[in-house]
Amino acid sequence: MQIGIFSVGDVTTDPTTGRTPTEHERITAQVRIAEKAEEVGLDVVALGQHHNPPFVASSPTTTMAWIAARTKRILLSTSTTLITTTDPVRIAEDYGTLQHLTEGRMDLMLGRGNTGPVYPWFGKDIRRGLELAVENYALLHRLWREDVVDWQGQFRTPLQGFTATPRPLDGLPPFVWHGSIRTPEIAEQAAYYDDGFFHNHIFWPASHTRQMVALYRRRFEHYGHGAADQAIVGLGGQFFMRRNSQDAVNEFRPYFDNAPVYGHGPSLEDFSSQTPLTVGSPQQVLERTLSFRDYVGDYQRQLFLIDHAGLPLSTVLEQLDLLGEILPDLRAGFAEGRPAHVPDAPTHAGRLAAREEAAA
Amino acid sequence: MTRSLVVVSAGLGVPSSTTALAERLGAAAASALRDAGERVEVTHVELRPLAHALADRMLTGFATGDLDEALRTVSRADALVVATPVFTASYSGLFKTFVDALDPDALVGTPVLVAATAGTARHSLVIDHALRPLFAYLKAVVVPTGVFAASEDFGAGGGQDALGSRIDRAAGELAALVAGLPTRRTPLRAVSDPAEDVDDLPEPVPFEQLLHPR
Repeated sequence: MQIGIFSVGDVTTDPTTGRTPTEHERITAQVRIAEKAEEVGLDVVALGQHHNPPFVASSPTTTMAWIAARTKRILLSTSTTLITTTDPVRIAEDYGTLQHLTEGRMDLMLGRGNTGPVYPWFGKDIRRGLELAVENYALLHRLWREDVVDWQGQFRTPLQGFTATPRPLDGLPPFVWHGSIRTPEIAEQAAYYDDGFFHNHIFWPASHTRQMVALYRRRFEHYGHGAADQAIVGLGGQFFMRRNSQDAVNEFRPYFDNAPVYGHGPSLEDFSSQTPLTVGSPQQVLERTLSFRDYVGDYQRQLFLIDHAGLPLSTVLEQLDLLGEILPDLRAGFAEGRPAHVPDAPTHAGRLAAREEAAA
Repeated sequence: MTRSLVVVSAGLGVPSSTTALAERLGAAAASALRDAGERVEVTHVELRPLAHALADRMLTGFATGDLDEALRTVSRADALVVATPVFTASYSGLFKTFVDALDPDALVGTPVLVAATAGTARHSLVIDHALRPLFAYLKAVVVPTGVFAASEDFGAGGGQDALGSRIDRAAGELAALVAGLPTRRTPLRAVSDPAEDVDDLPEPVPFEQLLHPR
């Protein structure tokens, strides 16, 4: 079980002080947060990709490489890499390079993005978002598996005799997750390719997450990659912790009430009961997180959104300290009753060992 | 077979003339359906108590509780009566917000009787200039007679053009679109149902078909 954090890379005003961090502060804060995540023992840090304000995360592989150079152990991922508007050839090259530089300490999560104008800025049409995700990934998949590719599709210029360099580290393409909140076809895509499926989880009721994950598991089995409970599942989550739960509620409320996604909408209490948001003591966060398995089954990756809504860096780092404190209990809880045939989260080393075992 | 007749009112006052009109239309439509030999179950959906939930739905993207149930009820209706007050030359914002919260396919083919109320008859074209286009966009089947009631209609006498006869004519038209026909199809895209724990996501298009269309 991998436990980590994910971020969208937004620049948001702190509603309690009215102060807006600069882009420079946000970019360096992301690095500091990733370093801290490693210090407290987390397994994964995932960064977003956006091409419009108020986001600073336009170039994830640059930031990931910098973080990788300053850390030793934590795995770098994305949340998400835009498969619709990014040329799959550049994804193959950028992430292929990152895979070598990090000695395989990376993977990526593909998503479509949701801001209309971003598509035309990159010469694409949002109405064809799903087709773009399907075709672009089909090309990316080949670029990482075939040394020489002849290819023609609808959305980019054809390729004749093209080799994406560098070739994958140890001949093993980076592991790919597909992220989607509500599109069954993306779960289908993940199942078809034997890739991972990540559900954002945090903005919608658990009943919806359960159905999307169940669909992915069912189709994973349908395509013959293993039993449904062996499919590779990741979930989002979000919390705000203080040792005293009422302190957590009081401190987080102004951030919640003004948050970019759900702010000025439901109350903190309603949203906490309708979605996985947990604002309270470390024990409450521990128990709530371990309950996610009740509706998605044993899974492989749990990422938390903690760096958002204008929370100051110092607060985010304190949240990581608290997460580090409950980490052993989280790991023990996730391990409890987990059947032996449920796979661990994929890593480069683990996949390499599996390949060698299969060959032997 | 029991027909589900759902009556939606966006009236705000207590008592509300919009809700009063909606209830009269609902009763008349139910009676017309029974006359045509159908069994009818009438459900009333008041939007006022759902106003906060609707604002939340706009901001979060998902509906909860009573709103979720109301959206589900409307999506599964065999026939619909909708009534809104006229606000600033159109249906009210609350009414439109509820319609916005419906799945775009929720009302495809659903017979709908549209109604509106206002202080004066000068707003009566809201029926034809605002409500009809809205439901045409949703591919609902709007009955020919829309019912508009100004305050003065509630005090007017009987006769061919009186409110009562307009209500009966519209209710008859709605019943004629429902009675004797097969029951409403399963919604094209059902909403999620946490309470019943059903799996109602649409089946995905098989991937080979996504990869190689046509």
